[in-house]
Amino acid sequence: MTITGIAAVGAGLAAIGAGVGIGKIGGSAMEAMARQPEMHGKIQSSALILAAFVEAVALFGVVVAFLQG
Amino acid sequence: MKLLLVNSFNVRTFAANLKEGILKPQRMTLSTLKHTVFTVLFLSVFSFGFAKDAKEGGEDEKFDPKEMILHHVKDAYGMHIATLNQGEENEAHITIPLPVIVYTDKGLTTFSSSAFHHDYHGHEIVERNGQRFVNVHEKVYILDEGASEVAYDAEGHPTNAHRPKFDLSITRNVFMMWVSIAVLFLIFLTAARRYKRSDDNVPSGIASFVEPLIVFVRDEIARPMIGEHKYKRYMPYLLTIFFFIWINNIFGLIPILNGANLSGNIAFTFTLATITFIITTFSGNKNYWKHIFWMPGVPVPMKIFLMPIEIIGMFVKPISLMIRLFANITAGHVIILALMSLIFVFKTVAIAPVSVAFSLFITVIEVIVTAIQAYIFTILSALYFGMATEEEHH
Amino acid sequence: MDLITPEFGLVFWTLITFLVLLFILRKFAWKPILGAVSDREEGIKNALASAENARKEMENLQADNERILQEARAEREAMLKDAREIREQTIAKAETEAQEKASKIIEKAQAAIESEKKAAMAELKSHVAGLSIDIAEKVVRGELSNKDKQLKLVEDMLGETKLN
Repeated sequence: MTITGIAAVGAGLAAIGAGVGIGKIGGSAMEAMARQPEMHGKIQSSALILAAFVEAVALFGVVVAFLQG
Repeated sequence: MKLLLVNSFNVRTFAANLKEGILKPQRMTLSTLKHTVFTVLFLSVFSFGFAKDAKEGGEDEKFDPKEMILHHVKDAYGMHIATLNQGEENEAHITIPLPVIVYTDKGLTTFSSSAFHHDYHGHEIVERNGQRFVNVHEKVYILDEGASEVAYDAEGHPTNAHRPKFDLSITRNVFMMWVSIAVLFLIFLTAARRYKRSDDNVPSGIASFVEPLIVFVRDEIARPMIGEHKYKRYMPYLLTIFFFIWINNIFGLIPILNGANLSGNIAFTFTLATITFIITTFSGNKNYWKHIFWMPGVPVPMKIFLMPIEIIGMFVKPISLMIRLFANITAGHVIILALMSLIFVFKTVAIAPVSVAFSLFITVIEVIVTAIQAYIFTILSALYFGMATEEEHH
Repeated sequence: MDLITPEFGLVFWTLITFLVLLFILRKFAWKPILGAVSDREEGIKNALASAENARKEMENLQADNERILQEARAEREAMLKDAREIREQTIAKAETEAQEKASKIIEKAQAAIESEKKAAMAELKSHVAGLSIDIAEKVVRGELSNKDKQLKLVEDMLGETKLN
């Protein structure tokens, strides 16, 4: 396997982690919204921000892969 | 290169469809559906025609999706819109030529990008000001003395040519950036004039369209993140980056412009993230610096341990801003183009409806992403400003 | 690698473009728009506040009116009560005065009657005395021959005439 291939696998692994993280955020946000529909807006915006933070981790992985590729 | 037209054509028509669907959701009825189905059929026929073309000429020039995608995602000197009669005698290109401005040892040199004649493999040599310029993968190189042709090393980098000192060319991305700020000026200056003309400050026309967005940035981004007392100082910056990023994200999705991928270019996001970083650093108060260098409320060994982490964090914040926007937008473009490439990779018309449907789906998602990414960049900038200006409250 | 290397040219143009955009929009768009929006919000807030004030004032006014009415009513009541008292007092006073006067008049009348009676009595006595003397004279003239008889007569007469 070439270095590019390994980098791609690394990016994929980072994406798995972020996927799990964003999934958890999304699930909890949905649950929270179902429990307190009046807090809908606030929960949504904080869930988006948190998802952005988690996503950044996966993107760092992608960028490292780009550095190799 | 051969396939650029097909791609831009397909995606363009779909974007038109998409726009129609989005702008008039209440009229997303049977007729729209019918329209979409017809477009898919129509496009399948067209794709077939071009796919055959690719097959015929495919002996010497094998389709490389990676190269095609990278050329779309990266910057370019001219604004190439379409190629007519590809591979034939009377091949014609529809392009908007843009100025190439390079600063070298011999001073400033300017020429039109049309001088390269759409070549980006380093074949066309342009002589200006006693220097010979070539375009290697949309990067201007200066041929060394005595060299008559570009030679490449194993990784495809030129060995007998060097980059100019400064390359200040008005590239595709710069051009689209100017178009976007012209649009922004048009929208917001018109809106501002509407307010000035009405004496009771009631919005009308375009002002009633932009006001909710502006109020959204103020009430959902600036106020909760920065705080009631200080948010006013940051409002102009937050509003400007929000709309600047959003409109450039949208422009990146318009296929006729060959997807000028400005907000998916690291230079663009780097600049904006750097400005956010500078503003954060300069508006940091005593409390902010104390939290970085000597975290209050934790034991001394912990303070020492936290200091380097906080210092790294200070830089990671803007870097993550930069990478998030760049990677999200670039990823969207790559996925759409990759789906389109499937037709030419498999060289069959059967795959066309699938790839068209999927890229339509991804394009719809991307339309949402344009707004979400602009929102996230803005809200995180606001969050960092809020952290920098937060008062002590222990 | 190439994809994530910021190019100087684009950084340069982005920076300049962004600063121009920020400057122009700040001056000619954000300032008037945000100003107009906050002016309007301020206006709405003020209008609501003044409406609230007006409502409160109205309430105050109504309360005032009510209070004044109450006061007037109380005053009227008091006045009526006073008047009634005064009337009663006056009547009582008049009654007592009248009583007093009447009794005085009666007293006076009695006193006058008494004195008149006395005077009449005295006059009557003197008349009777004169008459008696006359009678006596006549009797005496007639019966003066009989001295004893005379005396006895006088005695008897005097004894009989016990007046009052």
